[in-house]
Amino acid sequence: GGSLTKLAYYSTVQHKVARVRSFDHSGKDIENEPLYEISVQEEITARLHFIKFENTYIETCLDFIKDHLVNTETKVIKATGGGAYKFKDLIEKKLGLKVDKEDVMTCLIKGCNFVLRNIPHEVFAYQKDSDTEFRFQTNHPNIFPYLLVNIGSGVSIVKVETEDKFEWIGGSSIGGGTFWGLGALLTKTKKFDELLQLASKGQHTNVDMLVKDVYGGAYQTLGLSGNLIASSFGKSTTADKEFSKEDMAKSLLHMISNDIGQLACLYAKLHNLDKIYFGGFFIRGHPVTMRTITYSINFFSKGEVQALFLRHEGYLGAIGAFLKGAEQDNPNQYSWGENYAGSSGLMSTSPDIYPMQRTRSGTFDMLEMDRLERPLVNLPLLKDPSTYIPDTVDLTDDAMARKYWLTCFEEALDGVAKRAAASQPDSVDALERAEKFRQKYWNKLQTLRQQPFAYGTLTVRSLLDTREHCLNEFNFPDPYSKVKQKENGIALKCFQSVIESLDSLGWEERQFALVKGLLAGNVFDWGAKAVSDVLESEPQFGFEEAKSKLQERPWLEDSYSQWLERLKEGPPHKCALIFADNSGIDIILGVFPFVRELLSRGTEVILACNSGPALNDVTYSESLIVTERIAAMDPVIQSALREEKLLLVQTGSSSPCLDLSRLDQGLAALVRERQTDLVIIEGMGRAIHTNYYAALKCESLKLAVIKNSWLADRLGGKIFSVIFKYEVPCK
Amino acid sequence: VFPWFGLDIGGTLVKLVYFEPKDITAEEEEEEVENLKSIRKYLTSNVAYGSTGIRDVHLELRDLTLCGRKGNLHFIRFPTHDMPAFIHMGSQKHFSSLHTTLCATGGGAYKFEQDFRTMGDLQLCKLDELDCLVKGVLYIDSVGFNGHSECYYFENPTDAERCRKLPFNLENPYPLLLVNIGSGVSILAVYSKDNYKRVTGTSLGGGTFFGLCCLLTGCSTFEEALEMASHGDSTKVDKLVRDIYGGDYERFGLPGWAVASSFGNMMSKEKREAVSKEDLAKATLITITNNIGSIARMCALNENINRVVFVGNFLRINTISMRLLAYALDYWSKGQLKALFLEHEGYFGAVGALLELLGSA
Repeated sequence: GGSLTKLAYYSTVQHKVARVRSFDHSGKDIENEPLYEISVQEEITARLHFIKFENTYIETCLDFIKDHLVNTETKVIKATGGGAYKFKDLIEKKLGLKVDKEDVMTCLIKGCNFVLRNIPHEVFAYQKDSDTEFRFQTNHPNIFPYLLVNIGSGVSIVKVETEDKFEWIGGSSIGGGTFWGLGALLTKTKKFDELLQLASKGQHTNVDMLVKDVYGGAYQTLGLSGNLIASSFGKSTTADKEFSKEDMAKSLLHMISNDIGQLACLYAKLHNLDKIYFGGFFIRGHPVTMRTITYSINFFSKGEVQALFLRHEGYLGAIGAFLKGAEQDNPNQYSWGENYAGSSGLMSTSPDIYPMQRTRSGTFDMLEMDRLERPLVNLPLLKDPSTYIPDTVDLTDDAMARKYWLTCFEEALDGVAKRAAASQPDSVDALERAEKFRQKYWNKLQTLRQQPFAYGTLTVRSLLDTREHCLNEFNFPDPYSKVKQKENGIALKCFQSVIESLDSLGWEERQFALVKGLLAGNVFDWGAKAVSDVLESEPQFGFEEAKSKLQERPWLEDSYSQWLERLKEGPPHKCALIFADNSGIDIILGVFPFVRELLSRGTEVILACNSGPALNDVTYSESLIVTERIAAMDPVIQSALREEKLLLVQTGSSSPCLDLSRLDQGLAALVRERQTDLVIIEGMGRAIHTNYYAALKCESLKLAVIKNSWLADRLGGKIFSVIFKYEVPCK
Repeated sequence: VFPWFGLDIGGTLVKLVYFEPKDITAEEEEEEVENLKSIRKYLTSNVAYGSTGIRDVHLELRDLTLCGRKGNLHFIRFPTHDMPAFIHMGSQKHFSSLHTTLCATGGGAYKFEQDFRTMGDLQLCKLDELDCLVKGVLYIDSVGFNGHSECYYFENPTDAERCRKLPFNLENPYPLLLVNIGSGVSILAVYSKDNYKRVTGTSLGGGTFFGLCCLLTGCSTFEEALEMASHGDSTKVDKLVRDIYGGDYERFGLPGWAVASSFGNMMSKEKREAVSKEDLAKATLITITNNIGSIARMCALNENINRVVFVGNFLRINTISMRLLAYALDYWSKGQLKALFLEHEGYFGAVGALLELLGSA
């Protein structure tokens, strides 16, 4: 670019992952051996890095690339933007690579498609006089068609219809260059940023002729707003008056923003489009221009079209150039996730609202995207994927909830760091890494206190995910592996007696006991401070103790009677999809007896567990071992496995929460194939922090025990209140 | 009752049309009060009034029949900031004693209503400016321009050598897009005599051109600004497609000569120091004109109208803009849209006001 270099590179990242493996138990003392073996292994994953820095550092950057270039097959480097011409010789000389120049607009659009598809909360609308400056949009499953208005020195208006099909439908010569060039002439101020600053201090009404200047005071009678600009610079039509720089800059800014907004609306109307993304240096992170453009679009479209902006707008060209060069291993065939640990967030644009914002160089910035091994897709059972929002509470909106949760995560941080260090007793640097983790996550929390919008909409889920990313960053892939191992072992030993006692009950009693068991199991959540304190201090706290903690019926949310009625009167479900939560008692003594009952009714079960570790949530690989052990004890489970009536799948996620719009495509295929007609979501993270309001096309059960007194209070209950939400979609 | 006036008080200019009856009978002459006679004589025997009032003699419509009376229609303009002097003159000439209605349109009809009442003892009849504009255009076009066509266009607008001005027969005018370029710009879609709508408008109009020219060049009149522009070279100021891509930008079908960024070269200090005031005036004119053309073109497409009539005082003595509008509309629409112009440029609102006076009488 003109002043900043944006670099995209692909690297493989070696990091530690926890693996579990069954022992060969033949001839061993099963009673005293752990259930399975845990090992930490090195894994290599792919990561996309995007960094942005001032052009003055380009040589340093090229040295860095030279030192780290591992793929010697690489003979070319893709470049785009004005600087691609300027630095061509330098790049070729330093790296010994040929510079392949790519078309700017093609790269921009490729990059735009990529971020729209892969980064949740990439898109935001700008709101001036609101507590939340940025209003993030949920990703629409279908990103096309859209209008991209790129405001560089001129304006390009491009209609994008598919991944490869886009068309330049128009443009305007009145753009950023006009603001800059004409502004420099009028105010003798040379820098673009300074011109914007001037503009933000000026009064355009001193320079522009307003409707009320033409109509006098009587404009009200005409239904016109007197403050509309009738003629830009209409008051400067005189040689003998001086105008302030600020006022002229402001007038110029209004003139250009209004003009661009008007043309964009005319093009949107002609092509029947309602989504307009704005980019280019005129917009890039400047609140003043986002504000005037938003105003103009609202005005000219009468609210029918929304001006939208992108969090990573500055990287689009670099991402696109990268994608052009990566055709062999096309990143578009994978799913990607933003690594919160390695990405700088969005900066606040109005220091007035966030005076405490931590200062950071406005010109150095980075974004990391991790390649996910398997593509992620929507759950086919979502009622309306385009309006599905996983998160229940938007903490960017809800200041009180935000304060609470940030504090909550701060208070739990020492414990998490301690647990992380303790999980690797043999590692010499575990303490040091744990401290680094603590510091990094603490800093992220402080950033989020000042800039809640830094990574899109702030939610409990994003706070949890950021913590997992930070743990991974410091090689704590699974701090709870040992805890999970021990708890799984203990719970397995109780499985048979739990089953026996359930089988001794009458049908109706048994149904209630199964639900209660499921709920009691859900108490065992190391992520909840109230519970982890108990588990740390009372090692004997078990299944029965948990049951006694539960709220008595009627529960806080209680549709148990309808559920029971459904079981009694209706035909067995065809297939149930269960999203499991914690390992140990939760999965083994809570979920499995419930699964067993469903199987006995003739309902097939898909049991979905996380692909990667998060807190003490049961992972897919752990669930395989646990199921194998249960099958060895229980003929119902055993035959269901054999006959493929019980299927174990991975969710594709490593989060303690659940985003039903980003699930493993194998899971989605199976859900479709087995004609799933019941979805059971268990736990606070998956059923309360997320999906509490998720609407599905089939029956669903959302159940959880609220293990946090603030949240319980908010929902109108006490700690250990029970949520049992049985929902049937309207016909 | 004479006198017959139509007044259009805009943001920058006041447009006044005056019907001078030529069929005054001896009896009428006899009865004509002194005040009325003096007004008639003052207006028709001068071509300039005060230091700023001007009668556009070349636009005068002769031997016009209006409401059964024969006469000449005169077109007079003066800056809006001289409105107080005009009202003062009206009061000195005892205009109010004539018991006539003064029909006025434009924003100033509202702004100066109070002054007319208190200073001139005159009750204004305020009229909607768009109603007047549409009425005026349709009327003047229908009566023609002293036997010539009121409406014209440019043949071969994309060919500088062969481009020439030709009459256009606007006999069946509907639908048409009417673009009125005064201080600001209003764009109307006209479907019939009484059916029109305001499509949009832009604040980048004649006032913007003149205002920016004053700031950039220190000029003090519109004429001076246009004169400077006619000697300037805007390509020194603007960044063209070829300045960025070395030629045409084929990926998007953009010709190298197209302006990529208005004033784009002025981002560079060296280039700022190398341009003349004339270059700046020309670039300002090109920027504003192209932008109006672009918005008009998009409106025509959205409204599915292919004839675009440009009026308003921005076009007065402004051949550069008219030819550029004709060119731009033709080029960017691939010949689908036609730019039309009217000889009486900025006077249609005032004519419409006069017609309202006679219609209501």
